[in-house]
Amino acid sequence: MKSFTLRKIRIVVSILFLILFAAVFLDIHHSLPSDVINYFVYLQFVPSIFKFFNTYTLLAMGFIIVLLFVLLFGRVYCSSVCPIGTIQDISSNISKRISKRKYYSFSGEFKWLRYTVLLITVLLIFAGNLIMINLLDPYSNAGRIFAQLINPMLIAGNNFISSVLVSFDIYTVYPVDPKSYSYFLALFPAVFLVVILYLSVKRGRLYCNTICPVGTLLGLFAKLSLYKLKIEKTECEGCGVCETVCKAECINFNTKEIDESRCVSCYNCIDVCPSEVISYTNSWKDENALIEIKDSSKREFLSKTFLYVLGLTGISLSQIKVIPEKESTVPVHRKLHVSPPGSTSLDHYNSTCTACHLCITACPTKVLQPSFLEFGVLGILQPYMDFKTSFCNYDCVVCLDVCPTEAIKTLTPEKKKTVQTGKAIFVKENCIVETEKKACGACSEHCPTKAVDMVYYKDELKIPEVTEKYCVGCGACEFACPTFPYKAIYIEGNFIHKKAEKRKLEQIEFQFDPEEDFPF
Amino acid sequence: MKRRDFISKSLKAGIIAGSALSIGNYEKLFAYNSLLTQNDYHLAAVRGGEPDIMFDEAIKALGGMKNFVKKGQTVVVKPNIGWDVPPERAANTNPLLVNRIIKHCFEAGAKDVYVFDNTCDNWKLAYSNSGIEKAAKDAKAKVVSGATESYYHNVKIAQGKKLKEAKVHELILNCDVFINVPVLKHHSSADLTIAMKNLMGIVWDRGYWHRNDLHQCIADFTSFRKPDLNIVDAYNVMKRNGPRGVSKADVVKMKSVIVSPDIVAVDAAAAKLFSKEPEKVAHIKIANDMKLGKMDLEKLNIYRKVI
Repeated sequence: MKSFTLRKIRIVVSILFLILFAAVFLDIHHSLPSDVINYFVYLQFVPSIFKFFNTYTLLAMGFIIVLLFVLLFGRVYCSSVCPIGTIQDISSNISKRISKRKYYSFSGEFKWLRYTVLLITVLLIFAGNLIMINLLDPYSNAGRIFAQLINPMLIAGNNFISSVLVSFDIYTVYPVDPKSYSYFLALFPAVFLVVILYLSVKRGRLYCNTICPVGTLLGLFAKLSLYKLKIEKTECEGCGVCETVCKAECINFNTKEIDESRCVSCYNCIDVCPSEVISYTNSWKDENALIEIKDSSKREFLSKTFLYVLGLTGISLSQIKVIPEKESTVPVHRKLHVSPPGSTSLDHYNSTCTACHLCITACPTKVLQPSFLEFGVLGILQPYMDFKTSFCNYDCVVCLDVCPTEAIKTLTPEKKKTVQTGKAIFVKENCIVETEKKACGACSEHCPTKAVDMVYYKDELKIPEVTEKYCVGCGACEFACPTFPYKAIYIEGNFIHKKAEKRKLEQIEFQFDPEEDFPF
Repeated sequence: MKRRDFISKSLKAGIIAGSALSIGNYEKLFAYNSLLTQNDYHLAAVRGGEPDIMFDEAIKALGGMKNFVKKGQTVVVKPNIGWDVPPERAANTNPLLVNRIIKHCFEAGAKDVYVFDNTCDNWKLAYSNSGIEKAAKDAKAKVVSGATESYYHNVKIAQGKKLKEAKVHELILNCDVFINVPVLKHHSSADLTIAMKNLMGIVWDRGYWHRNDLHQCIADFTSFRKPDLNIVDAYNVMKRNGPRGVSKADVVKMKSVIVSPDIVAVDAAAAKLFSKEPEKVAHIKIANDMKLGKMDLEKLNIYRKVI
């Protein structure tokens, strides 16, 4: 057998991509620079599409590169870049080694299910609704598995090592504060993980070829691909071993056909074929393939899908709904949770964020937490600013840098400081200064713009006062406010982010005078 | 060399003149029958130089770091590293000063010097952008996280009126010498933040203090473990919008350092430097009344020096 088979190359490449992916999602000490993280997930299909249609820059054309590869070689993406694909390959490989009895066999395609899921997903995207993508996209699901399941385990391990070292007076490995962790929200990735592990052990790539909208879409492109795996029918000796190693269950040994829309280009079949009759062939020269391409209804479907993606995204972008904000007279109960700076409006955010949770793992303050119903059912699992956990660092732009879909748009730090994601609302009745008649001011202390300032109240006592135009909605005041169960100051989210004014301050005049005496 | 000679000569002259004036010191002078042990000063204040040079001058007046750090001891240097802002914003202690203090500790024979703060902004960002992490590591100190609850242990505060217990960082509980290095700043809650207020950075639950009479809690906690030495950085001073500050416009260059083992005295002197009467700052007044130190600077022997 040859040493550099396509299969071995595929295995190495897929592991490299998985390592890249893990590196960004498991960076618990935040050692990777945020502007680099983006490149680690550059080729991830779904986020790249969203980023492209949000920025219209060629810098965000990772998905086009993927499509070109697919048009040349079939669904190579599914066996290299896709983290869920690699995770499934690893699990089915391990299970095969343990049980030694697992063989695949050809199965029919769940055509209706596949294309219905894809169609609904695409239609909902045009309607500005990402629920299908959020629940089914392999990249985002892998992100959540790493962010909500593996990352916390890594933190636990790190903190254990740290506590052992501290008992020897070594403080070099510092513990990571997980801040808050929701077991309930970790159920979503946990269930998904269990399902794909089970399916991969039982049926190989069944998820990829039945549910996964990316797999189905790339399958359509793969039908057109230049090079396809083919069994040389005349020279095949008919041993059938290829069918037993095909985890996509797409090799029909009886007809000696390979279903290219389901083939994930893993090349297992090439390696095992004793008579070496499976190879890449140029399908555009192949008579049979040409006939298939001419199948007009499929071609129509393809071209229409593509046109819809191109055309309608533009339309949905231009239709940003304006929902008027209600008067903020009702205290304590927040009407709108705060979306991260750079997300521009809740509409944009909800219709662009695939809930991959990369920003959650990258956020240095951990203010970004997965939502459940904070943004409604349609925004399920999308990150929100949780001021119970932390607050947004004024100078930080990490989430804006790392977001692979541009749901959180990139801004310069200076620009980000002028984004008002929400505004502070002071509830005097809850404030220590009012209730206890004692000094506090924790809110004003933390405020980076002094939108919350302390003004004279009674004698020497000062009370907070909010100047809304300076507020950026970072939540430092709400986080710092010591009252409970209800805060005396909280952030009401802006549906559409606004611009915060910068305080103009005159330099305090002071000249050091060496002749001057000490004041004591 | 000439300058150094001048400084040391004038220093000796100053010391002799100063102690001659304070009657109490005569006994000691005759008892040891040697040149003055320079710890007769309660407080040293230096103006007009760079932070490191001013500290050299001040600590010399107090008998050098060997008066506070003995060979083989473990030291904690606790600057204010509360905020993720650059040094020129003066929201954190001057990194150059921190660096020089650590060097003095090692010269005096310290085994280990630890640096930490329980920051308000994200600790890693604050440590690095304040310049203190680098300054401390350059001086071979160990920089430790203050952002982990497991490092903090519950202690009773016997003299506390409002604050009866608190969770304190284990480095403070285990160290031999505790050096407190606050920066003088305006503070929206506590009027001013100097040495006593800086101790909020060695405890975990600060929200409790805010809920239960902040000024009283600050004074109460001071009674738990008074630092062995307090070094107030007043090189760049934030005059308004403290403690975080909004821009560089809030900052003036006062070029001063005040050093004293008496935490109340050092706060009183720094308050005066800020043009604020110490008794107007509630926690200084309370601490004075609790006899945690002396607010009345008239009663102290002060070394003053303009460079």
